[in-house]
Amino acid sequence: MSCSFAKITHVFLNQKTIFVAMEKQVILNAQHLELTLKRLAHELIESHNDFKDTVLVGLQPRGVHVLSRLKDVLEEILGHSVVCGNLDITFYRDDFRRRERPLIPSVTNIDFSLENKKVVLIDDVLYTGRTIRSGLDALLTFGRPAKVELLVVIDRRFRRDLPIQADYIGKTVDTLISERVSVEWKGLEGEDKVLLFTKENNG
Amino acid sequence: MDNLSVDHLTGIKDLTKEDIELIFRTADSFKEVINRPIKKVPSLRDITIANVFFENSTRTRLSFELAQKRLSADVVNFSAAGSSVKKGETLVDTVNNILSMKVDMVVMRHPNPGAALFLSKKIKAKVVNAGDGTHEHPTQALLDAFSIREKLGEVAGKKVVIVGDILHSRVALSNIYCLQKLGAEVMVCGPTTLIPKYIQELGVKVSHNLIEALEWCDVANMLRIQLERQDIKYFPSLREYSMQFGLNKEILNNLSKEIVVMHPGPINRGVEITSDVADSKQSIILNQVENGVAIRMAVIYLLAAKIER
Repeated sequence: MSCSFAKITHVFLNQKTIFVAMEKQVILNAQHLELTLKRLAHELIESHNDFKDTVLVGLQPRGVHVLSRLKDVLEEILGHSVVCGNLDITFYRDDFRRRERPLIPSVTNIDFSLENKKVVLIDDVLYTGRTIRSGLDALLTFGRPAKVELLVVIDRRFRRDLPIQADYIGKTVDTLISERVSVEWKGLEGEDKVLLFTKENNG
Repeated sequence: MDNLSVDHLTGIKDLTKEDIELIFRTADSFKEVINRPIKKVPSLRDITIANVFFENSTRTRLSFELAQKRLSADVVNFSAAGSSVKKGETLVDTVNNILSMKVDMVVMRHPNPGAALFLSKKIKAKVVNAGDGTHEHPTQALLDAFSIREKLGEVAGKKVVIVGDILHSRVALSNIYCLQKLGAEVMVCGPTTLIPKYIQELGVKVSHNLIEALEWCDVANMLRIQLERQDIKYFPSLREYSMQFGLNKEILNNLSKEIVVMHPGPINRGVEITSDVADSKQSIILNQVENGVAIRMAVIYLLAAKIER
Protein backbone atom coordinates (compact mmCIF):
# COMPACT_ATOMS: atom_id res chain seq x y z
CA MET A 1 0.00 0.00 0.00
CA SER A 2 2.71 2.45 1.03
CA CYS A 3 4.62 1.54 -2.10
CA SER A 4 1.77 2.48 -4.46
CA PHE A 5 1.23 5.72 -2.56
CA ALA A 6 4.86 6.67 -3.10
CA LYS A 7 4.46 5.93 -6.79
CA ILE A 8 1.47 8.24 -7.17
CA THR A 9 3.23 11.09 -5.35
CA HIS A 10 6.19 10.65 -7.61
CA VAL A 11 4.09 10.87 -10.75
CA PHE A 12 2.23 13.85 -9.36
CA LEU A 13 5.46 15.70 -8.59
CA ASN A 14 6.77 14.88 -12.02
CA GLN A 15 3.70 16.34 -13.68
CA LYS A 16 4.04 19.43 -11.55
CA THR A 17 7.68 19.92 -12.49
CA ILE A 18 6.89 19.52 -16.15
CA PHE A 19 4.03 21.98 -15.84
CA VAL A 20 6.18 24.61 -14.11
CA ALA A 21 9.15 24.26 -16.43
CA MET A 22 7.06 24.43 -19.63
CA GLU A 23 7.47 27.37 -21.95
CA LYS A 24 4.53 28.10 -24.20
CA GLN A 25 4.41 29.44 -27.70
CA VAL A 26 1.35 30.31 -29.78
CA ILE A 27 1.27 28.40 -33.08
CA LEU A 28 -2.16 29.64 -34.17
CA ASN A 29 -3.92 32.69 -32.77
CA ALA A 30 -7.67 33.32 -32.82
CA GLN A 31 -7.63 34.87 -36.30
CA HIS A 32 -5.49 32.12 -37.82
CA LEU A 33 -7.56 29.40 -36.18
CA GLU A 34 -10.74 30.92 -37.62
CA LEU A 35 -9.16 31.04 -41.08
CA THR A 36 -7.98 27.45 -40.71
CA LEU A 37 -11.48 26.25 -39.76
CA LYS A 38 -12.94 28.07 -42.79
CA ARG A 39 -10.37 26.48 -45.11
CA LEU A 40 -11.06 23.03 -43.64
CA ALA A 41 -14.80 23.59 -44.16
CA HIS A 42 -14.23 24.46 -47.82
CA GLU A 43 -12.00 21.43 -48.30
CA LEU A 44 -14.76 19.25 -46.86
CA ILE A 45 -17.34 20.80 -49.19
CA GLU A 46 -15.01 20.19 -52.15
CA SER A 47 -15.09 16.44 -51.61
CA HIS A 48 -18.52 16.00 -50.02
CA ASN A 49 -20.68 18.47 -52.03
CA ASP A 50 -24.04 18.71 -50.26
CA PHE A 51 -23.20 16.25 -47.42
CA LYS A 52 -26.14 14.02 -48.39
CA ASP A 53 -24.42 10.78 -47.32
CA THR A 54 -21.81 12.34 -45.07
CA VAL A 55 -21.76 12.46 -41.28
CA LEU A 56 -19.26 14.24 -39.05
CA VAL A 57 -18.11 12.46 -35.90
CA GLY A 58 -16.13 14.29 -33.21
CA LEU A 59 -13.95 12.31 -30.85
CA GLN A 60 -14.36 12.82 -27.11
CA PRO A 61 -13.10 14.68 -25.21
CA ARG A 62 -11.47 17.42 -27.35
CA GLY A 63 -12.49 16.61 -30.91
CA VAL A 64 -16.12 17.47 -30.16
CA HIS A 65 -15.18 21.14 -29.70
CA VAL A 66 -13.53 21.21 -33.12
CA LEU A 67 -16.68 19.61 -34.53
CA SER A 68 -19.07 22.09 -32.94
CA ARG A 69 -17.12 25.06 -34.37
CA LEU A 70 -16.66 23.44 -37.75
CA LYS A 71 -20.36 22.60 -37.91
CA ASP A 72 -21.25 26.28 -37.45
CA VAL A 73 -18.88 27.34 -40.24
CA LEU A 74 -20.11 24.58 -42.57
CA GLU A 75 -23.80 25.27 -42.01
CA GLU A 76 -23.27 28.96 -42.63
CA ILE A 77 -21.66 28.24 -46.01
CA LEU A 78 -24.04 25.42 -47.00
CA GLY A 79 -27.23 26.98 -45.70
CA HIS A 80 -28.50 23.68 -44.33
CA SER A 81 -27.66 21.43 -41.40
CA VAL A 82 -25.15 18.58 -41.44
CA VAL A 83 -25.47 15.34 -39.47
CA CYS A 84 -23.10 15.26 -36.49
CA GLY A 85 -22.34 12.97 -33.57
CA ASN A 86 -19.89 12.62 -30.71
CA LEU A 87 -17.97 9.41 -30.14
CA ASP A 88 -16.30 8.28 -26.93
CA ILE A 89 -13.48 5.80 -27.42
CA THR A 90 -12.58 5.01 -23.79
CA PHE A 91 -13.60 1.33 -23.89
CA TYR A 92 -11.66 0.76 -27.13
CA ARG A 93 -8.33 2.19 -25.98
CA ASP A 94 -5.25 -0.03 -25.93
CA ASP A 95 -3.89 1.27 -22.60
CA PHE A 96 -6.56 -0.04 -20.21
CA ARG A 97 -4.80 -1.41 -17.07
CA ARG A 98 -1.52 0.08 -18.31
CA ARG A 99 -2.08 3.28 -16.36
CA GLU A 100 -2.42 4.11 -12.69
CA ARG A 101 -6.10 5.03 -12.94
CA PRO A 102 -9.00 3.53 -14.88
CA LEU A 103 -10.16 5.29 -18.02
CA ILE A 104 -13.35 7.20 -17.35
CA PRO A 105 -15.73 7.55 -20.31
CA SER A 106 -17.45 10.63 -21.75
CA VAL A 107 -20.75 10.79 -23.60
CA THR A 108 -21.38 9.15 -26.97
CA ASN A 109 -24.35 10.40 -28.94
CA ILE A 110 -24.62 8.84 -32.34
CA ASP A 111 -28.33 8.27 -32.87
CA PHE A 112 -28.03 7.29 -36.52
CA SER A 113 -26.65 4.28 -38.36
CA LEU A 114 -23.30 4.64 -40.09
CA GLU A 115 -24.14 1.91 -42.60
CA ASN A 116 -22.93 3.03 -46.06
CA LYS A 117 -22.27 6.58 -44.86
CA LYS A 118 -19.16 8.63 -45.56
CA VAL A 119 -17.79 9.40 -42.12
CA VAL A 120 -15.38 12.21 -41.28
CA LEU A 121 -13.68 11.59 -37.93
CA ILE A 122 -12.67 14.83 -36.25
CA ASP A 123 -10.06 15.43 -33.54
CA ASP A 124 -7.93 18.35 -32.43
CA VAL A 125 -4.39 16.91 -32.44
CA LEU A 126 -3.07 13.89 -34.36
CA TYR A 127 -0.01 12.57 -32.53
CA THR A 128 0.68 8.83 -32.06
CA GLY A 129 -2.44 7.77 -33.97
CA ARG A 130 -3.56 5.48 -31.14
CA THR A 131 -6.69 7.51 -30.40
CA ILE A 132 -7.73 7.31 -34.04
CA ARG A 133 -7.10 3.55 -34.05
CA SER A 134 -9.47 3.21 -31.09
CA GLY A 135 -11.90 5.58 -32.78
CA LEU A 136 -12.04 3.38 -35.88
CA ASP A 137 -12.86 0.37 -33.72
CA ALA A 138 -15.55 2.25 -31.83
CA LEU A 139 -17.01 3.60 -35.07
CA LEU A 140 -17.56 0.14 -36.53
CA THR A 141 -20.00 -0.76 -33.73
CA PHE A 142 -22.47 1.65 -35.35
CA GLY A 143 -22.48 -0.08 -38.73
CA ARG A 144 -20.21 -0.43 -41.75
CA PRO A 145 -19.39 2.97 -43.21
CA ALA A 146 -18.71 3.33 -46.95
CA LYS A 147 -15.67 5.45 -46.23
CA VAL A 148 -13.90 6.97 -43.24
CA GLU A 149 -11.79 10.12 -43.44
CA LEU A 150 -9.85 11.98 -40.79
CA LEU A 151 -9.77 15.72 -40.10
CA VAL A 152 -7.43 17.25 -37.51
CA VAL A 153 -6.56 20.81 -36.57
CA ILE A 154 -2.93 20.00 -35.76
CA ASP A 155 -0.82 17.20 -37.21
CA ARG A 156 2.31 16.46 -35.17
CA ARG A 157 4.04 14.75 -38.05
CA PHE A 158 6.81 12.12 -37.77
CA ARG A 159 5.46 11.17 -34.33
CA ARG A 160 3.17 8.29 -35.30
CA ASP A 161 3.16 4.90 -33.53
CA LEU A 162 0.74 3.49 -36.12
CA PRO A 163 0.32 3.86 -39.89
CA ILE A 164 -2.45 6.48 -39.71
CA GLN A 165 -2.62 9.77 -41.64
CA ALA A 166 -5.13 12.61 -41.82
CA ASP A 167 -7.05 13.62 -44.95
CA TYR A 168 -7.70 17.22 -43.88
CA ILE A 169 -5.07 19.04 -41.82
CA GLY A 170 -5.28 22.50 -40.27
CA LYS A 171 -1.59 22.90 -39.62
CA THR A 172 1.36 20.54 -39.62
CA VAL A 173 3.96 20.99 -36.89
CA ASP A 174 7.28 19.33 -36.13
CA THR A 175 7.54 18.53 -32.45
CA LEU A 176 9.63 16.63 -29.92
CA ILE A 177 8.13 13.88 -27.75
CA SER A 178 8.80 16.05 -24.69
CA GLU A 179 6.63 18.82 -26.13
CA ARG A 180 2.88 19.13 -25.87
CA VAL A 181 0.34 20.75 -28.21
CA SER A 182 -2.94 22.12 -26.91
CA VAL A 183 -5.88 23.46 -28.93
CA GLU A 184 -7.86 25.91 -26.78
CA TRP A 185 -11.33 27.36 -27.35
CA LYS A 186 -13.01 30.60 -26.41
CA GLY A 187 -15.90 28.82 -24.73
CA LEU A 188 -13.60 26.65 -22.59
CA GLU A 189 -10.26 28.33 -21.95
CA GLY A 190 -11.30 31.91 -22.76
CA GLU A 191 -9.51 32.33 -26.06
CA ASP A 192 -9.22 30.54 -29.42
CA LYS A 193 -5.59 29.51 -29.89
CA VAL A 194 -3.19 26.65 -30.42
CA LEU A 195 -0.26 26.43 -28.02
CA LEU A 196 3.01 24.53 -28.10
CA PHE A 197 4.48 23.75 -24.69
CA THR A 198 8.23 23.14 -24.62
CA LYS A 199 10.38 22.00 -21.72
CA GLU A 200 12.70 24.88 -20.86
CA ASN A 201 16.02 23.04 -20.86
CA ASN A 202 15.59 21.06 -24.03
CA GLY A 203 18.96 20.06 -25.06
CA MET B 1 -12.78 10.85 -8.33
CA ASP B 2 -11.97 8.32 -11.00
CA ASN B 3 -11.05 5.22 -9.06
CA LEU B 4 -12.98 2.97 -6.66
CA SER B 5 -11.90 3.13 -3.02
CA VAL B 6 -12.26 -0.66 -2.70
CA ASP B 7 -10.44 -3.61 -4.33
CA HIS B 8 -13.40 -6.00 -4.09
CA LEU B 9 -17.14 -5.48 -4.11
CA THR B 10 -18.21 -7.47 -1.05
CA GLY B 11 -20.94 -5.11 0.14
CA ILE B 12 -22.41 -1.63 -0.26
CA LYS B 13 -21.42 -0.94 3.34
CA ASP B 14 -17.77 -0.50 2.28
CA LEU B 15 -18.51 1.87 -0.62
CA THR B 16 -18.47 5.65 -0.41
CA LYS B 17 -21.05 7.92 -2.01
CA GLU B 18 -18.36 8.88 -4.55
CA ASP B 19 -17.80 5.19 -5.42
CA ILE B 20 -21.50 4.74 -6.10
CA GLU B 21 -21.64 7.89 -8.24
CA LEU B 22 -18.58 6.75 -10.21
CA ILE B 23 -20.24 3.38 -10.85
CA PHE B 24 -23.41 5.19 -12.03
CA ARG B 25 -21.51 7.49 -14.40
CA THR B 26 -19.65 4.53 -15.88
CA ALA B 27 -22.91 2.57 -16.15
CA ASP B 28 -24.47 5.46 -18.10
CA SER B 29 -21.85 4.93 -20.81
CA PHE B 30 -22.32 1.16 -20.79
CA LYS B 31 -26.07 1.57 -21.08
CA GLU B 32 -25.46 3.52 -24.29
CA VAL B 33 -23.08 0.77 -25.48
CA ILE B 34 -25.59 -2.06 -24.94
CA ASN B 35 -28.12 -0.23 -27.08
CA ARG B 36 -25.80 -0.09 -30.10
CA PRO B 37 -26.05 -2.46 -33.07
CA ILE B 38 -22.82 -4.09 -31.83
CA LYS B 39 -23.09 -4.32 -28.07
CA LYS B 40 -19.55 -5.31 -27.25
CA VAL B 41 -16.43 -3.39 -26.22
CA PRO B 42 -12.92 -4.86 -26.17
CA SER B 43 -11.77 -3.43 -22.80
CA LEU B 44 -11.39 -6.70 -20.87
CA ARG B 45 -9.90 -8.84 -23.64
CA ASP B 46 -7.11 -10.10 -21.37
CA ILE B 47 -9.23 -10.81 -18.27
CA THR B 48 -10.74 -14.15 -17.23
CA ILE B 49 -13.67 -14.21 -14.83
CA ALA B 50 -15.14 -17.17 -12.95
CA ASN B 51 -18.80 -17.14 -11.94
CA VAL B 52 -19.00 -19.35 -8.88
CA PHE B 53 -22.57 -20.01 -7.76
CA PHE B 54 -23.24 -22.08 -4.67
CA GLU B 55 -26.89 -21.06 -4.72
CA ASN B 56 -29.56 -20.90 -7.42
CA SER B 57 -29.88 -17.85 -9.63
CA THR B 58 -31.35 -16.93 -13.01
CA ARG B 59 -31.26 -13.17 -13.43
CA THR B 60 -28.08 -12.37 -11.53
CA ARG B 61 -26.07 -15.09 -13.16
CA LEU B 62 -27.28 -14.34 -16.65
CA SER B 63 -26.80 -10.64 -16.10
CA PHE B 64 -23.24 -11.08 -14.84
CA GLU B 65 -22.37 -13.38 -17.70
CA LEU B 66 -23.78 -11.00 -20.29
CA ALA B 67 -21.95 -8.08 -18.69
CA GLN B 68 -18.69 -10.00 -18.80
CA LYS B 69 -19.17 -11.07 -22.39
CA ARG B 70 -20.05 -7.54 -23.51
CA LEU B 71 -16.75 -6.42 -22.00
CA SER B 72 -14.98 -9.17 -23.99
CA ALA B 73 -13.78 -11.03 -20.88
CA ASP B 74 -13.35 -14.79 -20.94
CA VAL B 75 -15.92 -16.46 -18.72
CA VAL B 76 -16.03 -19.76 -16.88
CA ASN B 77 -19.12 -20.88 -15.02
CA PHE B 78 -19.31 -23.08 -11.99
CA SER B 79 -22.31 -24.16 -9.98
CA ALA B 80 -22.28 -26.17 -6.78
CA ALA B 81 -24.73 -28.73 -8.14
CA GLY B 82 -22.71 -31.47 -9.78
CA SER B 83 -19.34 -30.21 -8.47
CA SER B 84 -16.73 -31.48 -6.04
CA VAL B 85 -18.27 -29.35 -3.27
CA LYS B 86 -20.57 -32.30 -2.82
CA LYS B 87 -17.48 -34.44 -2.22
CA GLY B 88 -16.38 -32.31 0.73
CA GLU B 89 -14.04 -29.73 -0.79
CA THR B 90 -13.75 -26.44 1.14
CA LEU B 91 -14.65 -23.08 -0.36
CA VAL B 92 -11.06 -21.81 -0.43
CA ASP B 93 -9.82 -25.04 -2.01
CA THR B 94 -12.52 -24.95 -4.67
CA VAL B 95 -11.78 -21.34 -5.54
CA ASN B 96 -8.01 -21.76 -5.42
CA ASN B 97 -8.31 -24.63 -7.87
CA ILE B 98 -10.27 -22.40 -10.19
CA LEU B 99 -7.72 -19.63 -9.73
CA SER B 100 -4.78 -21.85 -10.64
CA MET B 101 -6.37 -21.94 -14.06
CA LYS B 102 -5.40 -18.21 -14.20
CA VAL B 103 -8.63 -16.48 -13.34
CA ASP B 104 -8.46 -12.76 -12.50
CA MET B 105 -11.86 -12.18 -10.94
CA VAL B 106 -14.42 -14.27 -9.09
CA VAL B 107 -18.12 -13.49 -8.99
CA MET B 108 -19.59 -15.52 -6.16
CA ARG B 109 -23.00 -16.30 -4.74
CA HIS B 110 -22.98 -18.28 -1.51
CA PRO B 111 -25.59 -19.20 1.13
CA ASN B 112 -23.38 -18.08 4.05
CA PRO B 113 -23.30 -14.41 5.08
CA GLY B 114 -19.75 -13.05 4.86
CA ALA B 115 -18.57 -15.66 2.35
CA ALA B 116 -17.46 -13.00 -0.17
CA LEU B 117 -15.52 -11.02 2.42
CA PHE B 118 -13.87 -14.21 3.67
CA LEU B 119 -12.88 -15.16 0.15
CA SER B 120 -11.50 -11.71 -0.66
CA LYS B 121 -9.06 -12.07 2.23
CA LYS B 122 -7.91 -15.53 1.14
CA ILE B 123 -7.28 -15.16 -2.57
CA LYS B 124 -5.45 -12.80 -4.91
CA ALA B 125 -8.21 -12.38 -7.49
CA LYS B 126 -10.82 -9.62 -7.29
CA VAL B 127 -14.07 -10.73 -5.67
CA VAL B 128 -17.56 -9.55 -6.56
CA ASN B 129 -20.33 -10.57 -4.20
CA ALA B 130 -23.39 -11.77 -6.11
CA GLY B 131 -25.30 -12.41 -2.88
CA ASP B 132 -24.05 -13.94 0.36
CA GLY B 133 -26.91 -15.55 2.28
CA THR B 134 -29.10 -13.01 4.06
CA HIS B 135 -26.29 -10.44 4.20
CA GLU B 136 -25.72 -8.31 1.07
CA HIS B 137 -26.41 -8.27 -2.68
CA PRO B 138 -24.52 -5.15 -3.72
CA THR B 139 -25.05 -5.15 -7.48
CA GLN B 140 -28.82 -5.50 -6.99
CA ALA B 141 -28.87 -2.44 -4.72
CA LEU B 142 -26.77 -0.49 -7.23
CA LEU B 143 -29.08 -1.30 -10.10
CA ASP B 144 -32.15 -0.50 -7.98
CA ALA B 145 -30.78 2.92 -7.07
CA PHE B 146 -29.62 3.45 -10.67
CA SER B 147 -33.16 2.67 -11.90
CA ILE B 148 -34.66 5.14 -9.40
CA ARG B 149 -32.18 7.79 -10.57
CA GLU B 150 -33.12 7.08 -14.17
CA LYS B 151 -36.87 7.23 -13.51
CA LEU B 152 -37.03 10.14 -11.05
CA GLY B 153 -33.91 12.13 -12.00
CA GLU B 154 -32.12 11.68 -8.70
CA VAL B 155 -32.08 9.52 -5.59
CA ALA B 156 -31.35 12.21 -3.00
CA GLY B 157 -34.46 13.32 -1.13
CA LYS B 158 -36.63 10.48 -2.44
CA LYS B 159 -38.64 8.26 -0.11
CA VAL B 160 -38.32 4.52 -0.69
CA VAL B 161 -40.25 1.80 1.10
CA ILE B 162 -39.05 -1.80 1.04
CA VAL B 163 -41.96 -4.16 1.59
CA GLY B 164 -41.87 -7.84 2.53
CA ASP B 165 -39.47 -10.35 4.03
CA ILE B 166 -36.85 -7.92 5.36
CA LEU B 167 -35.50 -10.50 7.81
CA HIS B 168 -34.22 -12.89 5.15
CA SER B 169 -33.46 -10.35 2.43
CA ARG B 170 -29.97 -9.45 1.32
CA VAL B 171 -31.53 -7.07 -1.19
CA ALA B 172 -33.12 -5.09 1.66
CA LEU B 173 -29.89 -4.59 3.59
CA SER B 174 -27.85 -3.58 0.53
CA ASN B 175 -30.66 -1.28 -0.60
CA ILE B 176 -30.81 0.43 2.79
CA TYR B 177 -27.06 1.14 2.73
CA CYS B 178 -27.07 2.26 -0.89
CA LEU B 179 -30.13 4.53 -0.74
CA GLN B 180 -29.03 6.15 2.50
CA LYS B 181 -25.56 6.86 1.14
CA LEU B 182 -27.20 8.60 -1.81
CA GLY B 183 -29.38 10.70 0.48
CA ALA B 184 -32.75 8.92 0.19
CA GLU B 185 -35.09 8.16 3.09
CA VAL B 186 -35.87 4.48 3.64
CA MET B 187 -38.78 2.74 5.32
CA VAL B 188 -39.26 -1.00 5.76
CA CYS B 189 -42.72 -2.51 5.87
CA GLY B 190 -43.90 -6.03 6.66
CA PRO B 191 -45.32 -8.27 9.36
CA THR B 192 -43.56 -7.83 12.74
CA THR B 193 -42.09 -11.32 12.49
CA LEU B 194 -40.30 -10.48 9.24
CA ILE B 195 -38.81 -7.15 10.37
CA PRO B 196 -35.48 -7.66 12.19
CA LYS B 197 -35.30 -6.28 15.72
CA TYR B 198 -33.30 -3.06 16.10
CA ILE B 199 -33.45 -2.31 12.36
CA GLN B 200 -34.25 1.30 13.38
CA GLU B 201 -30.59 1.51 14.43
CA LEU B 202 -29.78 1.69 10.70
CA GLY B 203 -31.80 4.89 10.50
CA VAL B 204 -34.83 3.44 8.70
CA LYS B 205 -38.49 3.96 9.50
CA VAL B 206 -40.63 0.91 10.26
CA SER B 207 -44.26 0.40 9.36
CA HIS B 208 -46.61 -2.55 9.62
CA ASN B 209 -49.33 -0.96 7.51
CA LEU B 210 -48.94 -1.22 3.74
CA ILE B 211 -51.31 1.65 2.81
CA GLU B 212 -49.66 4.01 5.27
CA ALA B 213 -46.20 3.10 3.92
CA LEU B 214 -47.29 3.54 0.29
CA GLU B 215 -48.85 6.95 1.02
CA TRP B 216 -45.50 8.04 2.48
CA CYS B 217 -43.23 6.85 -0.32
CA ASP B 218 -42.18 7.83 -3.87
CA VAL B 219 -40.93 4.33 -4.68
CA ALA B 220 -42.07 0.93 -3.42
CA ASN B 221 -39.66 -1.99 -3.68
CA MET B 222 -41.69 -5.19 -3.27
CA LEU B 223 -39.68 -8.19 -2.03
CA ARG B 224 -40.41 -11.86 -2.37
CA ILE B 225 -41.17 -14.04 0.65
CA GLN B 226 -38.07 -16.24 0.89
CA LEU B 227 -39.75 -19.47 1.93
CA GLU B 228 -36.53 -21.41 1.29
CA ARG B 229 -34.76 -19.50 4.08
CA GLN B 230 -37.63 -19.63 6.57
CA ASP B 231 -36.99 -22.35 9.13
CA ILE B 232 -40.18 -21.64 11.09
CA LYS B 233 -43.62 -20.26 10.21
CA TYR B 234 -43.47 -16.46 10.32
CA PHE B 235 -47.10 -15.89 9.32
CA PRO B 236 -50.18 -18.11 9.15
CA SER B 237 -50.48 -18.43 5.37
CA LEU B 238 -49.33 -16.88 2.11
CA ARG B 239 -52.95 -15.91 1.44
CA GLU B 240 -53.11 -13.94 4.66
CA TYR B 241 -49.75 -12.31 3.94
CA SER B 242 -50.97 -11.38 0.48
CA MET B 243 -54.16 -9.80 1.85
CA GLN B 244 -52.19 -7.63 4.29
CA PHE B 245 -49.00 -6.83 2.38
CA GLY B 246 -49.67 -7.70 -1.26
CA LEU B 247 -49.83 -4.79 -3.71
CA ASN B 248 -52.75 -4.82 -6.12
CA LYS B 249 -54.07 -2.39 -8.73
CA GLU B 250 -56.89 -1.20 -6.47
CA ILE B 251 -54.50 -0.09 -3.72
CA LEU B 252 -52.20 1.51 -6.29
CA ASN B 253 -55.05 3.47 -7.93
CA ASN B 254 -56.46 4.68 -4.61
CA LEU B 255 -53.20 6.30 -3.52
CA SER B 256 -53.11 10.08 -3.47
CA LYS B 257 -50.05 10.14 -5.78
CA GLU B 258 -48.43 8.02 -8.47
CA ILE B 259 -45.61 5.90 -7.07
CA VAL B 260 -42.94 3.84 -8.82
CA VAL B 261 -43.11 0.07 -8.29
CA MET B 262 -39.98 -2.07 -8.23
CA HIS B 263 -39.25 -5.74 -7.68
CA PRO B 264 -35.83 -7.44 -7.66
CA GLY B 265 -37.28 -10.69 -9.02
CA PRO B 266 -38.18 -13.49 -9.05
CA ILE B 267 -41.81 -12.41 -8.74
CA ASN B 268 -44.38 -14.59 -7.03
CA ARG B 269 -47.34 -13.19 -8.92
CA GLY B 270 -50.40 -12.90 -6.74
CA VAL B 271 -48.43 -12.99 -3.49
CA GLU B 272 -46.42 -9.79 -2.94
CA ILE B 273 -47.60 -8.16 -6.16
CA THR B 274 -50.43 -8.89 -8.59
CA SER B 275 -49.91 -9.32 -12.32
CA ASP B 276 -51.69 -6.10 -13.29
CA VAL B 277 -49.35 -4.12 -11.02
CA ALA B 278 -46.22 -5.93 -12.19
CA ASP B 279 -47.12 -5.20 -15.81
CA SER B 280 -48.43 -1.65 -15.24
CA LYS B 281 -46.70 1.46 -16.52
CA GLN B 282 -45.76 2.44 -12.97
CA SER B 283 -43.65 -0.69 -12.70
CA ILE B 284 -39.97 -0.44 -13.71
CA ILE B 285 -39.22 -4.12 -13.10
CA LEU B 286 -37.91 -4.80 -16.60
CA ASN B 287 -35.89 -1.56 -16.65
CA GLN B 288 -34.20 -2.87 -13.51
CA VAL B 289 -33.16 -5.98 -15.38
CA GLU B 290 -31.78 -3.98 -18.32
CA ASN B 291 -29.90 -1.65 -15.99
CA GLY B 292 -28.49 -4.68 -14.19
CA VAL B 293 -26.26 -5.49 -17.16
CA ALA B 294 -24.96 -1.89 -17.41
CA ILE B 295 -24.30 -1.68 -13.65
CA ARG B 296 -22.46 -5.01 -13.60
CA MET B 297 -20.38 -3.96 -16.62
CA ALA B 298 -19.41 -0.80 -14.73
CA VAL B 299 -18.50 -2.68 -11.54
CA ILE B 300 -16.43 -5.27 -13.39
CA TYR B 301 -14.75 -2.60 -15.54
CA LEU B 302 -13.76 -0.46 -12.56
CA LEU B 303 -12.51 -3.44 -10.52
CA ALA B 304 -10.62 -4.89 -13.50
CA ALA B 305 -8.74 -1.58 -13.79
CA LYS B 306 -7.21 -2.47 -10.44
CA ILE B 307 -5.87 -5.88 -11.52
CA GLU B 308 -2.10 -5.71 -11.69
CA ARG B 309 -0.51 -6.66 -14.96
